Amino acid sequence: MDHSSLAGRIFRGVALALVLVFFMFPIVWILLMSFQTNEQILRIPPHILFEPTLANYEALISGQLRTAAGNLEISFMRNLMNSFVLSSAAVLLALLLGVPAAYAFARFKFRLGESIAFTLLSFRFAPPLLVLLPLSLYYQELGLNDTYFGIVWVYQLIALPLILWIVRGYFEDISPDIEHAYRLAGHTWREAFTRIAVPLAGPGIAAAGLLSFIFCWNNFVFALILASADKQPVTVGALAFVTASGIQYGQIAAAIVLSVTPTLLLALYAQRYLVEGLSLGAVKG
Amino acid sequence: MARLELDSVGKAFGAVHCADGLSLVVEPGEIVAVFGPSGGGKTVLLRMIAGMFEPDDGDILVGGRSIVGAPPEQRGVGMAFQNFALFPHMSAQENIASGLRAKVGSGEVASRVTSISRLLKIEHVLGHMPRELSNGQKQRTALARALIGNPEVLLLDDPLRNVDAKLRYEMRLELPSLLRRSSAAVLYVTQDYREAMAIADRIAVLINGRLVQVGRPEEIYARPASVAVARLFGDPSINLAEVTPQAVQGALCAEIAGTRVLLESDERTPVDHGVCWLGVRPDDLVIARDFGEGAIPARIVAITPMHERAVLLLRFADGTEWLAALPPDAMVGSAEDSVFVRFAPDAALLFDRATGLRIGPQQRRQAA
Repeated sequence: MDHSSLAGRIFRGVALALVLVFFMFPIVWILLMSFQTNEQILRIPPHILFEPTLANYEALISGQLRTAAGNLEISFMRNLMNSFVLSSAAVLLALLLGVPAAYAFARFKFRLGESIAFTLLSFRFAPPLLVLLPLSLYYQELGLNDTYFGIVWVYQLIALPLILWIVRGYFEDISPDIEHAYRLAGHTWREAFTRIAVPLAGPGIAAAGLLSFIFCWNNFVFALILASADKQPVTVGALAFVTASGIQYGQIAAAIVLSVTPTLLLALYAQRYLVEGLSLGAVKG
Repeated sequence: MARLELDSVGKAFGAVHCADGLSLVVEPGEIVAVFGPSGGGKTVLLRMIAGMFEPDDGDILVGGRSIVGAPPEQRGVGMAFQNFALFPHMSAQENIASGLRAKVGSGEVASRVTSISRLLKIEHVLGHMPRELSNGQKQRTALARALIGNPEVLLLDDPLRNVDAKLRYEMRLELPSLLRRSSAAVLYVTQDYREAMAIADRIAVLINGRLVQVGRPEEIYARPASVAVARLFGDPSINLAEVTPQAVQGALCAEIAGTRVLLESDERTPVDHGVCWLGVRPDDLVIARDFGEGAIPARIVAITPMHERAVLLLRFADGTEWLAALPPDAMVGSAEDSVFVRFAPDAALLFDRATGLRIGPQQRRQAA
């Protein structure tokens, strides 16, 4: 970069700062809110300086919500755990199903192949609310309502198309000759898949897995309808803070901080793979 | 070791015939170059043998056993790819070792990798990843990987295409002895007739999915089966003129740009064949300042000095343009000079104008 003039550098600094403030402000504000009581939050005008309190976090972790109307049981930590279990299981299942499927779509031309791939992608087009009503009826009939497996299954609507289409691009970018060379050396196609294709598509698989984990984590509406309180993830669990005696802004903020932290840490840790992975797929080698 | 047999192999993609009744036998220890213009079906042929495509008809046999329908890993075929196809996530050492099909101990693997890499002069880069290797080293690594498993059939898909000129010359010298060491039946695909002539025992000329001619390099050079083959061998390529050969006083003659030239003939040459192509290689033309019998008057249009010889563009009285290639010390004149062009009767090749097939004497002098 050769923008060495002083004005140019200042301008870039200011522009970067503006962008940063724009994107970071809600997160910073929520972080601040999570250390305030409801009264402090609702003060007008708002104060930047305040006496921080850990009461919100205490309430979340102990599961006791004290309100004007009395004590409420909340299962936030359980919701958090549910989010982990559901998202991880959904992504694992989607990887197990999606990576081999992506390989098949990338390598083999078969009848209706493109149509099937597109149909799978089209699951992402339909608004979830559209499918929820029939889905909940079927689930009730199948006994899948309010089961972990039922939710993991419905999360495949989110994770599977994403993984399928991202990973397929990576497999297509690997020269088939590389796999042919491995097979000619006396290895079966299964070995060529596990030792050549999957490692080479690794960054893409990691990126797709991470993205679908985040999408699953952030999902709200499927679990709201299809699961009861003890199976619900944190996104739905946060509704518990809208109580009869008012909205518990402090606890909501603390809950958001706690629920965002895992995905944020994961994204920061995997950022390298994410950027490398997504851009590698974009440029044909 | 086993011989490779192709028995009227055919393959079409839609309306395009990539292979049309290909029959060829490669003996163990023999190197056959598959040579032809791009799009002629060379790579498809290799890939059918390697098992990436199956032929539509015909059979492929290794050691008398059909390999059609067998998965690639069970064919006993090794292959070096034009784009190297190294495994990017494995070191050169692991790449080469992956080519060992037999399950052997790790000590045995290491010693065989070491010996093959010493042979190919890459033992100092064994620990490197493919992206850290030069193209020459990549190519040698790919070759080592194909050779280490002692395949019965070795397929080389234009292995020198992506390496620099100096290395290409070196490898042309080294490859034949290296390949013979393995005593595999070798099919070597190339688009460079010089490479084919330098490396191969025999050359199979593949044009539009058909084997037009199979023979020893000097045979094909001296007695090309058709105009198309003659054009492919030689740089600059062969000069052609449209002639109608006639018998004059018992000898076969043809008229080029108004000059009557003598042609070689024997009892097999039909005297009244009709319109033919007459081909003379640029190296066989002799340029002189003085008129002589059978000498065609010409004007030098341009002279291109090439490293070891000069190429002259000549124009005859009727506008026909021919090229002559001369050693620099045989140079006469300069551009715009008028000269006379001659060639020996046995240097002229006659081809049927309609079919492009060569006609005339079967016995020819050897190529220089």
